[in-house]
Amino acid sequence: MKNNNWKKILKDPYLVAGGIITGLILLMIIVGFFWMPYEPTKMNAAEKLQGASLRHLMGTDNMGRDIFSRVMYGSRVTLMIAIGTIIIGAGVGTIIGAITGYYGGMLDEITMRVIDALFAFPSILLALVIVSVYGIGWVQLLVSLGIAFVPSFARIVRGEVLRCKNMDYVENARLQGVSDIRMIFVHILPNIKGVMASSILIGFNNAVLAEAGLSYLGVGSQPPYASLGRMLSDSQQYMTKSPSYVLGPGIIIVLMVLGFAFLGEGIRRWK
Amino acid sequence: MMRRSLGRKRGCSLLMVVLTALTVALSGCSSDKAGDSANGSESTGASTEAVTSSADSNAASSEDLSKLIVGIPQDIDALDPHYAEGAGTREVLFNIFEGLVKADENGNLNPAVASDYTISDDSTVYTFTLRDGIKFHDGSLVTVEDIKYSLDRVRGADSGEPLIKQFSKVDSVNVVDDSHVEVVLKEADSDFLTQLTVAIIPAANENPDTNPIGTGPYKYVSNSPMENFVVTRFDEYWGEKAYIQDVVFKIESDSNRIVSDLENGTIDMMARLTSTQVSQLSDQFDVYEGTMNLVQALYLNNAVEPFNDVRVRQALCYAINPQEIMDFVSDGAGVEVGSAMYPAFTKYYMEELNDVYNPDVQKAKDLLAEAGYPDGFEFTITVPSNYTQHVDTAQVISEELKEIGVTANIQEIEWNSWVDDVYTGRQFEATVVGVDATTLAASAMLSRYVSDSSKNFVNFSSADYDAAYASAQATNDDAEKTKYYKECETILANEAASVYIQDMPEYVVLNKKFTGYVFYPLYVQDIAKIRPAQ
Repeated sequence: MKNNNWKKILKDPYLVAGGIITGLILLMIIVGFFWMPYEPTKMNAAEKLQGASLRHLMGTDNMGRDIFSRVMYGSRVTLMIAIGTIIIGAGVGTIIGAITGYYGGMLDEITMRVIDALFAFPSILLALVIVSVYGIGWVQLLVSLGIAFVPSFARIVRGEVLRCKNMDYVENARLQGVSDIRMIFVHILPNIKGVMASSILIGFNNAVLAEAGLSYLGVGSQPPYASLGRMLSDSQQYMTKSPSYVLGPGIIIVLMVLGFAFLGEGIRRWK
Repeated sequence: MMRRSLGRKRGCSLLMVVLTALTVALSGCSSDKAGDSANGSESTGASTEAVTSSADSNAASSEDLSKLIVGIPQDIDALDPHYAEGAGTREVLFNIFEGLVKADENGNLNPAVASDYTISDDSTVYTFTLRDGIKFHDGSLVTVEDIKYSLDRVRGADSGEPLIKQFSKVDSVNVVDDSHVEVVLKEADSDFLTQLTVAIIPAANENPDTNPIGTGPYKYVSNSPMENFVVTRFDEYWGEKAYIQDVVFKIESDSNRIVSDLENGTIDMMARLTSTQVSQLSDQFDVYEGTMNLVQALYLNNAVEPFNDVRVRQALCYAINPQEIMDFVSDGAGVEVGSAMYPAFTKYYMEELNDVYNPDVQKAKDLLAEAGYPDGFEFTITVPSNYTQHVDTAQVISEELKEIGVTANIQEIEWNSWVDDVYTGRQFEATVVGVDATTLAASAMLSRYVSDSSKNFVNFSSADYDAAYASAQATNDDAEKTKYYKECETILANEAASVYIQDMPEYVVLNKKFTGYVFYPLYVQDIAKIRPAQ
């Protein structure tokens, strides 16, 4: 049985490509915890804005720091923010969506209208408001992105719960006297995990891009350490002079998003 | 079904309430911020930022050398010189209006509307002689009544509310005879001449806010918001007349378009470019390298641990190498400063103070150990996030301080919060920023270090300094005044009030068809000196 599953996975080009790309990125991040070619904040006046070479795989930035080392560190930050965002967004969103979908009525109406309002609120504006009140930092960034991601999860889960709650197996369980909470979390949620998994992966991509976008606006991680989005923002003014500075973080963002997108697509097709 | 529709209605009204509350709360926030930024911008930094918006591109081919197109980063905020706030507006209006005296490129004040002046021995009465035959742009002669009108307007003689704060010192402006005016001060101030660069405007002009009339080398033609500001040469100017006939100040609000607009001839000149922008330009431009006329420093809050210990502050001075910062941030451009005075103040600048602390890691470590921090300490540098140069400088500092075991974390904050928390609230440990001067008086740079000054955001406190500064203010003898000001600077350096770094580099780009750009020690662009290259 297990063997069979593996064979099926290996036959699916999306899962294979997604797995390889994501695996490579994760490998790079994990290696980064133990070893990096250079200290990511180490400046070197003699080697500013160099192109890619064996000495510096992705070249150096305007302070002579090794871009590959900074990318290794930066993708760690970006990934952490993306995971945190998804945990907050998907966690809170799922609970809200499941409860409102299951009970319906007034509670559902009010909650969903508030969610609608939140949905209409641009996530960047929300993040800027939170940052201007609580200051700049990656925790604030994570929380604001998390809040911004709640509505989409709440909606998806609510829709799925609505679809499932009148199905025979739910009626069956209800006749056996299963409590509401147990019904939602033990009986219904496991049945919508396929939809959840792909929306989490898509949400994950959006989180990576949103983090890049917000750091690009200067609200993300603090220098001298950098997330990928921040590096991209810093590098834009050197685009014509030293293209490798832009390409390094840019390529890694593309790969990260692509890997998860492939995985998401593969899981969606997996039936 | 009944229940559902009822629920929806209530949901809607609740939503309305929430949204209304939110709108009120948010709009409250924004108006607060606007007020704060207005009072913060007068004292700190020189911005090269520009707000994005559309700009017109009536690309005039500038083969016609009688016309010069100058790019400016933002709109003119007021045509009335007495109400103009922004430095970006003042630098343009400099070409249209003149005061009794006028600054030159060396920082001297020369007679302008006045042909001569005398200052009484006790520095309370300034007497000016009106320049003979000087005319306004509308062709009328300048009279002593116009001078009295202008100065009374600035000091708010009618309203009691001075337009420029320093003019509250003025007791009265008196017309002595047809060619003499005296300005009487309530208290002695030998530096007051620096304030009298304020524009002289005709009393007869009823609409100074839409029809600006001055005495400068250029006269106003038109102003199109978000587009351009046009002036033309004033042929009856009393002094050396301008070379270029027509000058258009074109609003270049999108900083990413500056390089391409220069290249395709849409603009001929632009000030305050970054070294990166300059490096992208072709060779049809002359690049003038000057400085921004400010003191960039790692400003330390002298009131908090551990910076209340002079040895710690000195240790940081030994550990931080200004030359290395300039190498990293601006490819070595910039001028090192060792105290709170930038080199354009030639009379007061003391180059020797740059050598008070030469980079010496061992000495820094010894001083730290002596102060009780043998293993270093940790602190936070708060930097305004809109100034890339300051953020980059903070990064280099943080790297340099690792050498002596000190961990400097960097916290970027938005400009308005910086003004609130750091500048006004003084809630910070250290910050990197540039401080500039609004007038040509040394006191513009030094008054903020007096213990009880409201601008003393670094909380510097030294009895010696206060005494030296008071002596400088009290004396009327120029040589003695300079001596005391220099003593002030020396105290700041020796006491390591902050870690003084540099006067940051500034690049002005001018099409090679023109020549003659000169830097001023103030925030102005003197277009009258620019001429065709041939």
